[in-house]
Amino acid sequence: MLQKMYDWIDERVDITPLWRDIADHEVPEHVNPAHHFSAFVYCFGGLTFFVTVIQILSGMFLTMYYVPDIENAWRSVYYLQTQVQAGQIVRGMHHWGASVVIVMLFLHTLRVFFQGAYKKPRELNWMVGVLIFFVMLALGLTGYLLPWDNKAYFATVVTLQIAEQVPFIGEMAKTLLNGDPSIVGAQTLARFFAIHVFFLPAALFVLMAVHFIMIRKQGISGPL
Amino acid sequence: MSEKKQQVSRRQFLNYTLTGVGGFMAASMLAPMVRFAIDPVLKASTSGEMQPVVDVSEITTDPQRFEWTVKQVDAWYTSDVTHSAWVYKNEKDEIIPLSPICKHLGCTVNWAGNESYPDQFFCPCHDGRYFKDGKNVPDTPPNAPLDLYEFEVKDGTLYLGKPVPREGV
Ligand code: FES
Repeated sequence: MLQKMYDWIDERVDITPLWRDIADHEVPEHVNPAHHFSAFVYCFGGLTFFVTVIQILSGMFLTMYYVPDIENAWRSVYYLQTQVQAGQIVRGMHHWGASVVIVMLFLHTLRVFFQGAYKKPRELNWMVGVLIFFVMLALGLTGYLLPWDNKAYFATVVTLQIAEQVPFIGEMAKTLLNGDPSIVGAQTLARFFAIHVFFLPAALFVLMAVHFIMIRKQGISGPL
Repeated sequence: MSEKKQQVSRRQFLNYTLTGVGGFMAASMLAPMVRFAIDPVLKASTSGEMQPVVDVSEITTDPQRFEWTVKQVDAWYTSDVTHSAWVYKNEKDEIIPLSPICKHLGCTVNWAGNESYPDQFFCPCHDGRYFKDGKNVPDTPPNAPLDLYEFEVKDGTLYLGKPVPREGV
């Protein structure tokens, strides 16, 4: 049945080559932990992607209950955590995943760095990777505010003060992030929500696509 | 210079036109969105007017913390917020109203907040310290003096405006 459906589609739009491009290719021996156990270091990039997928999914579901409004944000988080079945698990996934993804990203970066895998011709991909790292940090930072509890609020106050330290454009950058020259409040929360849920993920998708296409084009760097 | 007529091929012409029209369309789509997003930066700041804080007779030579409440309009959300200031009179009998917001990362400082420094402002967050006049103690985290409130005295009452940053040492 499934095979028939696949064939029906394949006959019309010829998806097999597409599929082959994405998934059907040889894993070189030196990156396969079944051959050399130490090759597990090659897994961190994939793990980062895996956790990112969890973040995207759990985040999508969290917005079913979450409200980005200073009067209700905290209450909506409290509600989804205490009254909604499995709410603690979904929020927990998003909360812990946010930290895990940074750790994985960091390990991946270390591997690429110490193996010298960023060298020619892969310099461009290293740069894209660094951008992904920044976007991830920004996601963590903006997401931190959303529960609108005391910790979130004061962490954001500090963040904004740091942004203000940037020479020349600091004050503007702060107002732009904050939504108001001085009040950390309704507009800040709305902005951070928009940035966290739409702008940064959009940037992340583009960067990840570029990152992966380049890997496929250039292949995995050779053994040490 | 050259007498030769610059020939524009049909293809080039079409390319130029399409780029031009496309650019124009993209710009007219993005312009309102960008303006929309940066509005907070361009909005004229509504500086609050002076607020009555305390009777001048209550101000001593020791910094005391006074609080006052203002109606704050945060876009669509209006609320009452409490501000505070450390106020004292110096030797020349001038009133010094200092902002309690640490110039390091924005915690709240306390007068004599640390027993080892009874005549300094102390910030508990990273052990920042300020002298009585609000100047930051060198080699502590803050790199600027505490803000000084705009103030005026009317009918024996101290009115405070907004905190004004001062130059660092
Ligand atoms: S915030 Fe006051 S010392 Fe860091």
